[in-house]
Amino acid sequence: MSDTQNVLELRNVDKSFGPIDVLHKISLSVKAGEVLCLLGDNGAGKSTLIKTMAGVHAPTRGEILMDGKPVSFSGPKVAQEAGIACVHQFGGTFPLMSIGRSFFAGVEPTKGWGPFKVFDREKANEIAVREVRNFGITRIEDGDRLVGGLSGGERQSLAIARAVYFGARVLILDEPTAALGVKQSAHVLRIVNEAKRRGLAVIFITHQVMHAMAVGDHFAVLIRGSIAADFRKGDRTREEIADLMAGGESMIDLEASIEG
Amino acid sequence: MGAFVGMVIVFVIFAMFGFSRNFLSIAGFANWMNFASTVGIIAIPVAFLMIAGELDISTGAVLPASAMMLGISVNHYDLPMWLGIIMTFSMAASVGLVNGLLVTRTQVPSFIVTLATLFAVGGLTLALSDFLINNTNVSLQSPDWAKALFGTRYFGFRSAVYWWIGLIVVFWFFLHKSPWGNWVFAVGGDPESARNAGIPVNKLKIWLFILCSVCTALAGMCQVIQFNSAQSATFFNMIFFTIIASVVGGVLLNGGFGSVAGVVFGTMTLGIVQQGINYTDIDRNLSLLIIGVMLLIAVLMNGTFQKLATSWSSSKKED
Ligand SMILES: Nc1ncnc2c1ncn2[C@@H]1O[C@H](COP(=O)(O)OP(=O)(O)OP(=O)(O)O)[C@@H](O)[C@H]1O
Ligand SMILES: [Mg+2]
Repeated sequence: MSDTQNVLELRNVDKSFGPIDVLHKISLSVKAGEVLCLLGDNGAGKSTLIKTMAGVHAPTRGEILMDGKPVSFSGPKVAQEAGIACVHQFGGTFPLMSIGRSFFAGVEPTKGWGPFKVFDREKANEIAVREVRNFGITRIEDGDRLVGGLSGGERQSLAIARAVYFGARVLILDEPTAALGVKQSAHVLRIVNEAKRRGLAVIFITHQVMHAMAVGDHFAVLIRGSIAADFRKGDRTREEIADLMAGGESMIDLEASIEG
Repeated sequence: MGAFVGMVIVFVIFAMFGFSRNFLSIAGFANWMNFASTVGIIAIPVAFLMIAGELDISTGAVLPASAMMLGISVNHYDLPMWLGIIMTFSMAASVGLVNGLLVTRTQVPSFIVTLATLFAVGGLTLALSDFLINNTNVSLQSPDWAKALFGTRYFGFRSAVYWWIGLIVVFWFFLHKSPWGNWVFAVGGDPESARNAGIPVNKLKIWLFILCSVCTALAGMCQVIQFNSAQSATFFNMIFFTIIASVVGGVLLNGGFGSVAGVVFGTMTLGIVQQGINYTDIDRNLSLLIIGVMLLIAVLMNGTFQKLATSWSSSKKED
């Protein structure tokens, strides 16, 4: 496989919920080791778009290709097995479970035999801690700690490390920095870069231009369900991107309207 | 942990007040343990469901239904004991299956679903026993082997106590050691993430509902074989007892956390307060008040625990 091939590609994807058309003719692609930033105003259809990629919704029309071959996912589980991992805003982990236990939820390592197979706590903890630490979260040392005790950024990192460990090739992050402070966000952005360095294709949704600029290689702007712009890093200035994210109105006009 | 300390405190207080009235004798101990065993056999699977984010209150009807069914089939229809036992377990399992299917297929909360089956099974038990044997009570003479297994006393403790102890070991292994225990916690912690992690959420819930009904049937059969008779009236108190035992034992009402040991201590505490009180100088009428206060303390402590656990790290978080 050459590294110029698209890991995930959408061709003319439409999505409607009954009479409501949410996405129109979306064509997008993302390569291994590349971060695609999906930008757009509230309600533009970003979440709907990634849910369509992750097998939650089936596209009404159009094709989804993985490694150049058409695929159709019957559910999120199937998409996950194909290597598409979605990490939600709150990390999608279990607050009252230990780090080791939640890392391996559903695929528990066991030791022993027959009906006496027991959950291998030491092994689970060791792997979980090692994997998050490899992502640079050195503050996590004890796999018995409860996930709920981690900071938002650490929880995101845990979820990302988990996805990577279980063989994800496309990592979808829906506003991972939305609820985080400056430092925590920087943390998550570092993890995104690390995932990219490891050759994952990352799709990153954010409302913050700064965050998009920090990690994005490739930007797509959605306005009312259509791709309004699709460009690579360096093709546009920060101001132009900010204007696009505001739905095409210029920031200067917006500021003027706020000041009234 | 808190549940254990709570039980010790209650035990010590009761021992002080009950010193002169044989609370500390074997008979006193056996008395409340016997009561606790019936609750305990049911409370652990009820707690499993609570950990998984569901609730089963149909136990209050499944208990008498099982006792009546065994009584009627063996006493009235002269079926062999073993067949009666198998039939009763199957009946209970199908109630559990119905509960599980309704809860997982519809979006109706399990409280309402099992409230409905509570009344349906309770009503059916009354109507059927009246129709079949013209009586809402049934007596039962059990063969020796059944007596020995389910309905006699060893050292003053009913057979049910030994069943309870055995089940504690099995259930402890299931929840805390086996990989399935992890699924129960995950499902209660966040069902959506659990499903995404590949855990068969619905199947697990259905099995837990079946387990709960089957254990209730075991408790019901132990009772009818022990006392040689059964009543068909719905035993509403059992609902409260099992939930109290779980909550006092540290199980979180909104799921995701709990332990078998906690529920066992919760059940024993309930046993001491509800039954052991007869062996002390404390006014029997106070037991409900004590249970109420205990429950309140437990809920507050569980809430504090949750906060503590999730604010372990000092840094800011989003929720
Ligand atoms: N299941 C659904 N049925 C009908 N309409 C829907 C459904 N899901 C989303 N929509 C509509 O699709 C549009 C896009 O929603 P979406 O959540 O994808 O926006 P978004 O870009 O993620 O917004 P935000 O930035 O606020 O997260 C909205 O107008 C929404 O009402
Ligand atoms: Mg969204």
